[in-house]
Amino acid sequence: MIRIAILGLGKMGISHQSIVGAHPDAELVAICDTTGYLVDLLGKYTSVKAYTDYRKLLDTEKLDAVFIATPSKYHAEMVRAALDANLHVFCEKPFCLDVAEGKALAALAEEKQRVNQVGYHYRFVGVFCELKRLLDLNVLGAIHHVRAEAYGPVVLRSKGVTWRASRSEGGGCLNDYACHAIDLLQYLVGVPKEVSGTVLNRIFSGDVEDEVYANLSYDGGLTGEIAANWSDESFRKMSMKISVWGTNGKIVADRQELQIYIRNASGLSEGLNKGWNVRYTTDLTDEVWFYLRGEEYSAQVDHFLQAIKEGWTDTRSTFRSASATDLTALAMVTDAGKKGTPISLDNVISAKSASARLWTSVQRLTTRNSVTTN
Amino acid sequence: MERILFGDNQFFGVNHMSEEKARAQAMKFQDLSAIIEVLDIAYDEGIRAFMCTTHTRVGNICDHIRAHSDRYKDFQFYPCMPYAHKYADAVTEQGILGAMRSFLPNEGIVGALFRGGLSVARKDVESLAGMLIDAEMKMFHDLKTPVIFLQNVVTDLILGLGAKEAFRIFADHVKTRYNAEPGFISMNVPRLLDALEACGIDNPIVCANMNKIGFRMCGGIGLYERTIAARRFRPIAMSVLASGAIPPREAIEYVCRQPEIESIVFGASSRSNIRQTKTLIDSLTLAKSAA
Repeated sequence: MIRIAILGLGKMGISHQSIVGAHPDAELVAICDTTGYLVDLLGKYTSVKAYTDYRKLLDTEKLDAVFIATPSKYHAEMVRAALDANLHVFCEKPFCLDVAEGKALAALAEEKQRVNQVGYHYRFVGVFCELKRLLDLNVLGAIHHVRAEAYGPVVLRSKGVTWRASRSEGGGCLNDYACHAIDLLQYLVGVPKEVSGTVLNRIFSGDVEDEVYANLSYDGGLTGEIAANWSDESFRKMSMKISVWGTNGKIVADRQELQIYIRNASGLSEGLNKGWNVRYTTDLTDEVWFYLRGEEYSAQVDHFLQAIKEGWTDTRSTFRSASATDLTALAMVTDAGKKGTPISLDNVISAKSASARLWTSVQRLTTRNSVTTN
Repeated sequence: MERILFGDNQFFGVNHMSEEKARAQAMKFQDLSAIIEVLDIAYDEGIRAFMCTTHTRVGNICDHIRAHSDRYKDFQFYPCMPYAHKYADAVTEQGILGAMRSFLPNEGIVGALFRGGLSVARKDVESLAGMLIDAEMKMFHDLKTPVIFLQNVVTDLILGLGAKEAFRIFADHVKTRYNAEPGFISMNVPRLLDALEACGIDNPIVCANMNKIGFRMCGGIGLYERTIAARRFRPIAMSVLASGAIPPREAIEYVCRQPEIESIVFGASSRSNIRQTKTLIDSLTLAKSAA
């Protein structure tokens, strides 16, 4: 049995506690949260040892692995403590607010050969896995543009009192929503080379951004876009949509549905026809042993535990890849903060008039010359 | 229990197969009148029970049914609580304790509880749970609610946590306060039945996915069929069409072939779909009992 502790009992922490509790290979040994009432309540009614101090938990309990689901600000410190204790670590996203620290922790986990995984659950959604499989088979020919959009109704008022509303604690739409989009694009097409045109807007929040838009460019000419907005009430819950354009067609995917448009189907072996092909989650999602909110939440936990059981460390969502996601996010913040010179429309018109006049003069000169030489 | 229950997913933009379809339905049912029109169709077709969440808009439906009680003499609600997104959003905004507090009445006991420091003693947890349930049930006052369900997100969360006493607290409160039968919605039936048995809840009403392709039936279709045939509980089948993946006749035949399944919940938004589904259920149920 894999002996596990959970640090942080927010929405994800409690969800992990439930899924781990139901896993046949896991023994949930202890939980920890600074909210005394919550940890006491869970400790009493779920028969696990309850702590309010994670260092005490790590010193006292004999463990194999730990799940870290505290606010992002605490991730680095706790991951380090867990790796120092030689534990396998599952850490919630985003990985680390300080990118350099995140890179160092990825290296440390690799050096110690510990199973390391970050909670980017979209990598475990059946539709997106199938999308990756099709892209790897080049069904769209050469892909030239990708877009990831994440929208949801998280912040609809100015009143924010939790850590998600605070920049220093790791709150904000970029960390909460956009990181999922950035990471999923990374999973599908790789790490970008450059970021540009980043916009971080506040809509309702005081201290953090509520929407994020950015352009990405990749080696080989591929371009991409990120759009994230957690103040969109028209969505009942978080939605993630990926669009991919290629020379042989296009794919649009969300959690439920894969819509594939193929221009030329000859030579394609995936049962794909010319025109639209639609695949549904009912066909693409593997069954899980225990379901809570979505197969992907169970699948990612099972993946982590199988890695520990079988002794491999190259999980589908490692510290290393999560660190690259953090780096991309940092690039966006840096890009948004720089003093660029955007093109004002007024300047464009007057500049154009000047060059238009010059061009007309050049043309007249050339025409006169050609007439005389004839 | 009614044999046929009418569900509410289509009214609130919930479609587990397609987000596009979900959005189209959210637009179609933007107005209360559009919802009432479809409910009237179902009611007039003989479907008496409406199985719904405690979404705020359901409150408006309740107001309408109360205001026209003569027209809806036999109308029953089967409430399913809590409406998860309401709580999830509140927890994001205010933290877990803050969220709980915002849903409770701002009166003496609650104030005292939060001021004096919450205790984890069984009776205090029962009081808190009772108050949360009552807050969810408020919209159904003076309406028939013979069965009250715990939503799958909460049922399965509690199940994985191993906090089965919570099921007992829910069941007891529903029985004593509302004289109703407790029901449990879940995606993990065999595991749930073990937990309910262990805390003394006998012959429970359990609503779960029961469809021909085994969609979201944890443990597998074979285990589900054996569980339905052999274990002591009152099954309600949902997601019978697997959000449209199975043609209606085939889907309903599969459910009617298992006589232990007491009821079927389905949602639809047109007279023809409602009529077709009801007709299929009635005829295939009859065929099975005649055989």
